[in-house]
Amino acid sequence: MNTVPGRAARRGAHPVAWWGWALLLATAASRTANPWLLLLVVAVSGLVVVWCRGDEPWSGAYRVFLLIGATAIAVRMMFYVVFGGAEGATVLFELPSVRLPEWAAGFRLGGAVSAEGALAAAWDGLRLATLLVCVGAANALASPRRLLRSVPAALYEVSVAVVVALSVAPQLVSGVARIRRARALRGDTGRSPANLMRTVVVPVLHDALDRSLALAAAMASRGYGRAAGVPAGARRVTSAFLLTGLLGLCAGAYALLGTATPAPAAWSLLAAGAGAAVFGIAFASRRVPHTRYRTDAFGARDWAILLSGGAAVAGTVLSGVAEPGTLWPQATLAVPPLPLYAACGVLLAAAPALLAPTSSTKTGPR
Amino acid sequence: MIHFDRVTFRYEDRAVLDDVGFDVPEGEFCLLVGTTGAGKSTLLRCVNGLVPHFTGGTMSGAITVAGRSVRASTPADLADVVGYVAQDPLAGFVTDDVELELAYTAEQLGVPRDAMRKRVTEIVDLLGLADVRGRALAALSSGQRQRVAIGAALVAGPSALVLDEPTSALDPGAADEVLSALHRLVHDLGVTVLLAEHRLERVVQYADSALLLQGGRVRAGSLGEVLAGAPVAPPVVRLGELAGWEGPPVTIRAARRQAAPLRERLASAPAPVEPPPAGPPLLEAAGVAVDYPGVRAVDGVDLVSRRGERIALMGRNGSGKSSLLWALQGTGKRSAGTVSIEGGDPAALKPGRRRTLAGLVPAEPADLLYAETVAGECEAADRDGDAPAGACAKILADLVDGVDAEAHPRDLSEGQRLALALAVTLTAAPPLLLLDEPTRGLDYPGKAALAARLRRLADAGHCVVVSTHDVEFTAEFAGRVVILSDGQVVADGPARSIVAASPMFAPQVEKILPGRLTVAEVAAALDASDGGPA
Repeated sequence: MNTVPGRAARRGAHPVAWWGWALLLATAASRTANPWLLLLVVAVSGLVVVWCRGDEPWSGAYRVFLLIGATAIAVRMMFYVVFGGAEGATVLFELPSVRLPEWAAGFRLGGAVSAEGALAAAWDGLRLATLLVCVGAANALASPRRLLRSVPAALYEVSVAVVVALSVAPQLVSGVARIRRARALRGDTGRSPANLMRTVVVPVLHDALDRSLALAAAMASRGYGRAAGVPAGARRVTSAFLLTGLLGLCAGAYALLGTATPAPAAWSLLAAGAGAAVFGIAFASRRVPHTRYRTDAFGARDWAILLSGGAAVAGTVLSGVAEPGTLWPQATLAVPPLPLYAACGVLLAAAPALLAPTSSTKTGPR
Repeated sequence: MIHFDRVTFRYEDRAVLDDVGFDVPEGEFCLLVGTTGAGKSTLLRCVNGLVPHFTGGTMSGAITVAGRSVRASTPADLADVVGYVAQDPLAGFVTDDVELELAYTAEQLGVPRDAMRKRVTEIVDLLGLADVRGRALAALSSGQRQRVAIGAALVAGPSALVLDEPTSALDPGAADEVLSALHRLVHDLGVTVLLAEHRLERVVQYADSALLLQGGRVRAGSLGEVLAGAPVAPPVVRLGELAGWEGPPVTIRAARRQAAPLRERLASAPAPVEPPPAGPPLLEAAGVAVDYPGVRAVDGVDLVSRRGERIALMGRNGSGKSSLLWALQGTGKRSAGTVSIEGGDPAALKPGRRRTLAGLVPAEPADLLYAETVAGECEAADRDGDAPAGACAKILADLVDGVDAEAHPRDLSEGQRLALALAVTLTAAPPLLLLDEPTRGLDYPGKAALAARLRRLADAGHCVVVSTHDVEFTAEFAGRVVILSDGQVVADGPARSIVAASPMFAPQVEKILPGRLTVAEVAAALDASDGGPA
């Protein structure tokens, strides 16, 4: 009703849908250590990012997260080689080992490095990398500014702070490119960490800080964070409600994840916390004196994107029941089997590539 | 409307405003002038409380806008009274879409949705943004962006609008768009406008009155009065002072009416003719193209230049000037074509060797500077360039006096920082020197000093290429002008004939006295004709 015809088609999918999709995909990845499945998740997220991202500053974030993921695998491998982990029969090579004192029993330094252990460490690192890549996909796909508009009014001011903090990341990416070009002008190609710190990191951070301050000043002068019109008492009640609700939510989540609390009690605490939070937010939202120019509708396509992410999780659940053992393959040198249900689920999660490909009208003339 | 009463503001270590008092009446278009670093931005930010709320510092005195006390409120509370437009519109955008950006302030103020839609539509029509209403902000031209920023500040219906250098980064055409939109606001809505700008020649004709900020004090008055004695004034005022015209006139139209006698006196003195530099070509570029995804920024540019030449590269924002400079230097991308500097292709060399052929000072000179002190920067530059110790410091001292060697490069004034970046670049002694938009943020004395420095460098055998929008700087500096449009060279020739033929790129003096480009030239011609046998 409030959207201009054709606008929904022009704009990308809802950012909440993208985050939901990416987190569901990450959930699916966290439920398995099967390398085929993890690689499939990475491939699917990459495909969707390439097809669906716009040309905004944050669209390049995916590549950065890929690099971070690769670093995670490398670090995990290095830890295995140095500190050990799962042991195996096929010894690749032996490092000189250090005998550690009594109190450090259970650790080793150096020693035999086995192929099985190395593989297990690699798969473990790959799992972490996959989770990171999923987050990267969400970053590349979802506009942080549009995400901000979908947050309940009561959380508005907090969410702006968060979004401004998030938007530093893409600024850093473009800042690094600019500073590196300038560095080449200086003829400075030194790669020592101290030199990079001084010539790249410090100027980039300086730049990002300057921009953030400029944005903060612009937002303040345009009325962000206005308290006008709301009596102090009502403001305090609002904050109290919000805090209580969020605390309840945190306590519930903690109880659920901990082992000490029985599951039913944890679930009910979580539900109560969520209820309090929702009530608090709803109550507070009515008191916040902001209006919305246009609400960002969550349409059928956005639901479909969420569902496709859900399919990946459902696939891993099905595989867990029907093909036990395939999700968590033994650390052997044999080629691990491919869990079929889970693979189908993850493939379904590629649907957004067809549902919401980038429209060309987003790029206007220069 | 905007009233300052005995306002004093100081940061811990230095005073910025000293007992400032003035009053801008309702519906006035008031211009704030002053040299770089005089505190113009600080004064503008006082109007909506960003100073001292955002910056800290000590303030005394009273500021009222439309009867509301500024010091008793926060900037956010004043959003419905004062609209503030900062220097870089892109840095202040909160959303990524034109319509939402326009509505943002109204959302913050809790304007009901129907009223908001009506207001946004009015603003879109008033500022001529109807064509781009549904676009993403990233896809707009710089002039459109600046108009969106102004519209976004106006949606809440403020009675005062404060703008900090709204046209400094714009090409002459885009600046005209923005200023005529402002002009309409003043006339149709009765908005009071307070605007600071270095490029006075662009804005003076739209303004009603002026404030001069100098040494922390403010002098208010009519435009002619204030500008006549000011350290910064557009060429038309300087010309009026030279010729002893009444007023002095601040617009081209007013000056032309009084110019007839001067034109007659000058008729006998021929315009100086500069012989084109001879010698073998230094830079030979042929068919240079630069492609970015979806757009060809530079499209087959041929350029040959010699030592001693001073070239101004002009054109609209986005016409490919920066991309061309970066491609010529060799660090930037080049998709096709050949570049040869003294017979070598800079792109094929290592960065360290490349900069001994061509030096580039980027649009943000601070990007070249890393050290904590000026002295440290100079030492690092000597090391980077394998120059003898003290070389960079000596070049810097030749370029500009009085730079504190212990100061942090970011604390220098714009002109000093540019000089430091230039000195760092020159330490490698490149014969070809490229500067990307060096005049942004420089006032008239700063630009004159830069033009003189670059002329000296050209006389010493460098070839200097500067990309700029600034027609007055081009008049003072350039011997040759190359105009780019959509990545192609559309005009290339002696500065005098190229700028005279284009209404967009003609300097003010040329518009009043055809054939003369700068006030200094007129003064020299007058001396010659007075001292001559006439």
